[in-house]
Amino acid sequence: MNKIWLIIKREFLTRVRKKSFLVLTLLIPIFIAGVTIIPIIIAVKGEDHKRIAVIDESKLFTGQLSDSRGLYFKPLAEVSIDTFKRKYSEYGYSGVLYIPDIDVNRPSGIEYYSKGQASIMLESNLNRQVNDVIEKKRMELAGIDKDKLEEVRSDIKVDFRSGEDDRKGSSAVAYAVGYASGFIIYIILMVFGMSVMRGVMEEKMNRIAEVIISSVKPFQLMMGKIVGIAGVGLLQFLIWGVLIISLQMLIPLFVSADSMQAASQGAAIAQNGGNAAMAEAIEKMNYVVGSINWWLIISCFVFYFLGGYLFYSALFAAIGSLVNEDPHDAQSLTFPVTLPIIIGIMIMISAVQNPTSPLAVWGSIIPFTSPMVMMARLPYGIPGTVEYWELGLSMLLLIAGFLITTWVAGKIYRTGILMYGKKTTWKEAMKWVVKKG
Amino acid sequence: MNLLEVNHLKKYYATHKAVDDISFVIPKGSIFGLLGPNGAGKTTLLRMITGIFYPDEGDITFNGRPFNPEHDIHQIGYMPEEKGLYKKMKVGEQALYLAQLKGLSEKEAREKVKHWFAKLDMNNWWNKKVEELSKGMQQKVQFIATILHDPALLILDEPFSGLDPLNANLIKQEIFDLSRNGTTIIFSTHRMEQVEEICDRIMLVNKGTKLLDGEVREIKQAFKQDLFRIGLGVIPNFAQVATHHFSIVQQDERGYTVKLSEDSSTNDILQHFIRHDIPITHFEEVLPTINEIFITQVQKTALYE
Repeated sequence: MNKIWLIIKREFLTRVRKKSFLVLTLLIPIFIAGVTIIPIIIAVKGEDHKRIAVIDESKLFTGQLSDSRGLYFKPLAEVSIDTFKRKYSEYGYSGVLYIPDIDVNRPSGIEYYSKGQASIMLESNLNRQVNDVIEKKRMELAGIDKDKLEEVRSDIKVDFRSGEDDRKGSSAVAYAVGYASGFIIYIILMVFGMSVMRGVMEEKMNRIAEVIISSVKPFQLMMGKIVGIAGVGLLQFLIWGVLIISLQMLIPLFVSADSMQAASQGAAIAQNGGNAAMAEAIEKMNYVVGSINWWLIISCFVFYFLGGYLFYSALFAAIGSLVNEDPHDAQSLTFPVTLPIIIGIMIMISAVQNPTSPLAVWGSIIPFTSPMVMMARLPYGIPGTVEYWELGLSMLLLIAGFLITTWVAGKIYRTGILMYGKKTTWKEAMKWVVKKG
Repeated sequence: MNLLEVNHLKKYYATHKAVDDISFVIPKGSIFGLLGPNGAGKTTLLRMITGIFYPDEGDITFNGRPFNPEHDIHQIGYMPEEKGLYKKMKVGEQALYLAQLKGLSEKEAREKVKHWFAKLDMNNWWNKKVEELSKGMQQKVQFIATILHDPALLILDEPFSGLDPLNANLIKQEIFDLSRNGTTIIFSTHRMEQVEEICDRIMLVNKGTKLLDGEVREIKQAFKQDLFRIGLGVIPNFAQVATHHFSIVQQDERGYTVKLSEDSSTNDILQHFIRHDIPITHFEEVLPTINEIFITQVQKTALYE
């Protein structure tokens, strides 16, 4: 036991001490945080103090365009668009909205001039406001009272509740969480599995395996490597968790408190266009955080991460022990092991859309695919979408599964790691498993 | 007393018999040479003795008790033919790691590693990565890693391959030192001149079976072909050496190598030259080299195929 601990320690430390570990571990959350934060910053800050000159030849828009935060409309009279569209910036405008003398029933030729491409926020804001004005005008012409229309218009959202405690939830949220965790498990299985395989190949080709096996049992060497690399993975997740949480706490420092508040009061300022989408997103985020049983998801994620990793990494270790001299051999040998993982991700993509289909249910129970597929189904709720017996059976089978794969892999590994010369096929390797002793 | 006794050891693979009923003993403190051509089953035999493989049949007695790999592994140091170290790991750390795997505590391991690094003049290698060292230097590290835990049985598979004469000599001296201090050493090789120089006992294997074993001196006696070297001051003419007591095997300007006839004695040879008044400068028995025995024995088994 003491020896396996030494091996675990070495495998863990040699990987953690590498510069690439630090760089990757720090860069990935910065990347993720960047992807989350930058759009928010752009959304909030991007449109600050945009002054837009309005040249309205139709006179339909007088006093109709409403300013919103950071977006101000300034009607100009007696100005020709042809000359002004070249020099609006000299007067401190960021763009010109030009409305020719249009027919309300066949409006055309409304244009916006700016230096660079207008932002998607501005585009939707302008489109919406222009359409509102035109609509209002048309209603007037058709004799419809706009206020009356607003009164009768309905805007009800159905509350989706599930489970015995009638928890509010949305399938979009479950979809996103399920998809993300299924996909992360897939990446883990591939990346860490390959890492185990490369480690074994290195030991075999270096011929250090023989030295070490004269001190410890092959099984100890294999398990030490597998557990050591699992430790690296767990540490990485821990660091990422801490970093992501602390970085997200830092968001308010990047974005002014004022704009955050404005954003979180999204519904109230929904009229203000640009911020509406973001406010809605943030509101949804709050909704998400409330609607998912995070403890269940996180603890199941850790279980399926470890279970799936142990299930597959032993097989990857066995492959590593079969490779001789030529690293390309690994490719053909890995196929039978990567195939079920790829099938798993495919079932996962289908399960996340239809979590109670027989394919999804069985995919989440059979240990070859269960780590990915079960993580896709769990956010939809337990019990309800996933029954307790399904989760229990899936977990039990995964534990039994990794005990079996580890046993099989241990047998292959023991022989393979000391076999030099010709490439070994899976067929031969399976004979070693069946052979006693 | 024997440190190791091997009885009727067998290890069969699907296609061939790697080790087929081999028995031998190794007395405590001796240097035992394991000889055989490539593919003779030496490595398989050694892997069974180091507990890496389980024998299909037969048993091994280590230090008077049945061999228990789990426990006895700590008393064995094994340097395989293909030397291997973690390339990216630092030399000092690697030696510490390998010593700890052999059951030393971290403190003991550190002391031992420091002692040996100082002894073999390797102190400034501690923080170097293995890949920065030359092949010969790596081999020195490997040798130290093998003996750090003071094994009772040291198994060296081709320990000098890739070493320059200076370092080979250094390692050879260490092997002698260890042997003097009571370490039993198994020395596997096909470099015969080293065997004669280093080993007390040898065993010759081929195709998984034992051809012969015993003390080097005895084996040479057993395979002697009654050849003698006689140095002469004057080379005699043909008529002067025509006798039934011996026949000339080889001749040069200083004398003859002769084969003694069956019913004659060495004194008959000497008397023959004295009678012809040819001055004798020296006279000695020519024993076969292990190399010659090796080649004839291996060829003989090949003929039986």
